Amino acid sequence: MSALADTEDHFAGSNKLFLSIWIWLLLLTGLEVFLGYVQLPVIYMLVILMGASIVKAALIVAYFMHLRFERLNLVLTIVPAVVVCICLLLIFFPDSFRAKALRYNAPLPAGENH
Amino acid sequence: MAAEAQVLMDDWGGGVHPYRVGHRKLGMWLFIMSDSLTFSALLMGYAYLRASNVWPTPFKFYPSIVFSSVMTLVLLSSSLTMVMAVSASAHGKKSNARIWIILTALLGATFIILHSIEWNHLIGEGLKPFQLPTEWAEKWPGATPLFGATFFGITGMHMFHVFTGCIYLFVVAARVNKLKHEDIEISGLYWHFVDLVWMFVFPMIYLLSIYPKK
Repeated sequence: MSALADTEDHFAGSNKLFLSIWIWLLLLTGLEVFLGYVQLPVIYMLVILMGASIVKAALIVAYFMHLRFERLNLVLTIVPAVVVCICLLLIFFPDSFRAKALRYNAPLPAGENH
Repeated sequence: MAAEAQVLMDDWGGGVHPYRVGHRKLGMWLFIMSDSLTFSALLMGYAYLRASNVWPTPFKFYPSIVFSSVMTLVLLSSSLTMVMAVSASAHGKKSNARIWIILTALLGATFIILHSIEWNHLIGEGLKPFQLPTEWAEKWPGATPLFGATFFGITGMHMFHVFTGCIYLFVVAARVNKLKHEDIEISGLYWHFVDLVWMFVFPMIYLLSIYPKK
């Protein structure tokens, strides 16, 4: 019973905190939409937008999903595994440039000979 | 060192919940982990296709960007109402929690309606999963016809999650007095995850495909 009692209604964070997180999320979204209309090169856009999205995701996970207030055991079980798996997906991405070169008969990147 | 060993023993020596959460909540976290990888794979596939092809950037300020921005506002607001529901439930105010949960589900339904209008507009322009509208094909010669496949695939998958989330929340609202606080919290986890996914879908699908000024 004592083990079960550990899991019962603990809830940290005030409504004021959640409201401020919501405002930050709206501001970051507004910034993203604004940047969409600033004609930056796509690579800069990608980095800035993904950076803002990661910050937004972190705010949602930490405060709305309450992970900041959970035990470190749970955080370390969930977060690193997902981050590593997502990073592993990136391993295929550079092949897209080779595929584009082949598809549109553009010069192949240096070092490619097939 | 001895203290750390004691902590490890206390947490992992058996007979306790090392995460201090119930098995249902842990189950939802595991589901969220697997679902986040599903969406990551979809978005990575989209990024690969986009980088390896001529890609149309067709989204004009109205209706696409206006609609998708309002949809983002609606979804973010639904996360706020959901966290209010969990907060009310934690304080034992089940009636208030029910109102907040219903409000969250209604905002989710609003998201679906707005998204359906947006889809309808694009379908009306001639966008199909494996075919671009003629106007787009002329403006972006050589563009891949897979734009529609990725667009409908990713946003459709997300919309399906919102739809199931709405049903889930209505069921939770109906049974709120019989459920434990942790059950409300678990439904909140799912809903916030749906919001979180949109935080990546919105910029990657919409904001990176804004119609050029010139």
